[in-house]
Amino acid sequence: MAELSIVEAINDCFHVELERDENVLVLGEDVGRAGGVFRATAGLRDKFGPDRCVDTPLAEAGILGTAVGLCMAGWRPVCEMQYDAFSYPCLEQLINHVGRYRWRTGGKMSFPLVVRMPYGGGVRAPELHDDSPETYYVHTPGVKVVIPSTPSDAKGILAAAIRDPDPVVVLEPKLHYRTLKGEVPDGEHVVPLGRARIVREGADVTLVAYGSMVPVCEEAADALDGVSVEVLDLRTLKPLDEDALLASAAKTGRVVIVQEAPRTCGFAAELAAILAEKAILDLRGPVLRVTGYDVPYPYWQIEDAYMPSVERVTAAVRKLLDF
Amino acid sequence: MAQVLPAERDLRRVIGDAEGVGDREVDGLGEQELLELYRSMVLLRTYDERSVVYHRQGRIGTYAIFWNHEAMQAGAVHALADEDWIFPSYRESAIGLVRGMPPATVLSWWRGHPAGWWNPADYNVASICVPIGTQVPHAAGLAWGKRLRGEGACALVFFGDGATSEGSFHEGANFAAVMRAPLVLFCNNNHWAISTPLEAQTRAETLADKAVGYGIPGVRVDGTDVLACYEATREAVTRARAGEGPTFIEAVSYRTAPHATADDPSAYIDLERVEEEKTRECVGRFEGYLRRAGILHDDLAASIRTEAEDAMRAAIAAAEAEPPADIELLFANTFVDPPKSFATDLEELRRILG
Repeated sequence: MAELSIVEAINDCFHVELERDENVLVLGEDVGRAGGVFRATAGLRDKFGPDRCVDTPLAEAGILGTAVGLCMAGWRPVCEMQYDAFSYPCLEQLINHVGRYRWRTGGKMSFPLVVRMPYGGGVRAPELHDDSPETYYVHTPGVKVVIPSTPSDAKGILAAAIRDPDPVVVLEPKLHYRTLKGEVPDGEHVVPLGRARIVREGADVTLVAYGSMVPVCEEAADALDGVSVEVLDLRTLKPLDEDALLASAAKTGRVVIVQEAPRTCGFAAELAAILAEKAILDLRGPVLRVTGYDVPYPYWQIEDAYMPSVERVTAAVRKLLDF
Repeated sequence: MAQVLPAERDLRRVIGDAEGVGDREVDGLGEQELLELYRSMVLLRTYDERSVVYHRQGRIGTYAIFWNHEAMQAGAVHALADEDWIFPSYRESAIGLVRGMPPATVLSWWRGHPAGWWNPADYNVASICVPIGTQVPHAAGLAWGKRLRGEGACALVFFGDGATSEGSFHEGANFAAVMRAPLVLFCNNNHWAISTPLEAQTRAETLADKAVGYGIPGVRVDGTDVLACYEATREAVTRARAGEGPTFIEAVSYRTAPHATADDPSAYIDLERVEEEKTRECVGRFEGYLRRAGILHDDLAASIRTEAEDAMRAAIAAAEAEPPADIELLFANTFVDPPKSFATDLEELRRILG
């Protein structure tokens, strides 16, 4: 065990996985010589060579498009998109090809690729370095989507994504890349996809979150004196651990979903729909959402007002308890 | 770094004409190879003409016609080795036939039946790409990936003149050049992207000029001269295998058929030009070449045609004999490891459908 930050845990994962499987190849903008703008791929080019950690042209669709071809040639490419909002050019490849290619070969050819990127705001960055684009990815058939929230999960879930036979999109909470540290197992460490994590047990209300909203929910739970709060970290958005969600809803009867992305059609809406369909008799009040607003992610001097905060989460919980 | 020359202006040709240009021979192409090339062209032509009929009869769905593109398709593919990969657009939907794919498979694809799925690795032919130009990065990635593995295979990607306006084309071509990927970028410039003429697509004097910007050779050939297409592709493949990276080939023709069965080009195209171009259509031109060389005669030509027609008759019968696809195929094959919801959705659907 070592005490690592999230970005150090990701880097550790790469060193282990590239050593373990010579078919794994990392490609992206500035991932080689610079080791990535967040240093997630630091040291890989020196250790594994420029053909296993490849600095590409500035071309997000080209990165993912060539990754499709690399899979056909037997590689397991891991693509880095430098920032959330810069990933959008790759959506055409993701939607039209990555999510469909196995299907259109009748299941004969697989595309074990990974697309990973830092996501989310709160880092006082210029415009378009702050998006939470998970809905675009989750809505795309044929791809899996994961969002770790701790250093240990960042390593273990990325390892699972790299080893997974299907395409996986990994969104990493950049706000906590360096600020959140934790114990991370040495060597090979795999956290299976599709399994949520109960961050803390509680009896009165469940806070459901993923990625950078998990720490917000933990703080809110601390702030809610006299309320027994369960915090559920989904970890995988698709395939969703529906059993864990329903079990927690059955236990507490009250659910607040916290999501940094804009509200409309966000992942919280999907979770609320599942609860409406499958847990209605377990619920003692409406499913509430605390989300970002349906606006462009704001300039950083007012970004704190956009972000779901501890105050907004506790207010939602109080409202639900008063229902 | 090798010097990059301006792209060629004149179209390369091998087959002569009645206006004083003589026929030329292509090194390494003997009588047998020439006849194989002819067989492929006739098979593609027959596939295309029968498909238009099958569409009118309601036996296949909307179909993208490739009449007069057979020289580019057969010429380019014959210059490849079997280990080399082909990335077709929908205009080259039947290109697998040249690699031994049953025509029933391609007909099933156009019939919207899952029997039209194939394993690309069985023929080294990627799936038919429907969005414009998005297959170019795939081909670049495969070619690059093969080079990284030290395998000798290269890739050839087909796309049209319209595709050169797409970002995917640019990203794929640039990636291939930077990675020295063994790739042949084969542009079928038939002057029309549905109703958009070439001059509304680009201000470049030629599409091959774009190659200069990628630091790769740009070559222009007569796209209805199968031997010119073959020769230029073979040269590009030789460069690719020698580690010299990609080549852009602009094969110039003129679209003499509608974009697809749903299109009516009389609204926008110059019909006189179409009729004039039809007199130079590519299968007839090659047939004339073979006859002048004493390689093809009436009986042989008839038997090659009959062979292709028989294959198509059997193919449409086989495609129509496919049992209806099971609804399980809605869910199967999307994931290696599908979510639990797929099984419950299928179960519920079966119950409702009875």
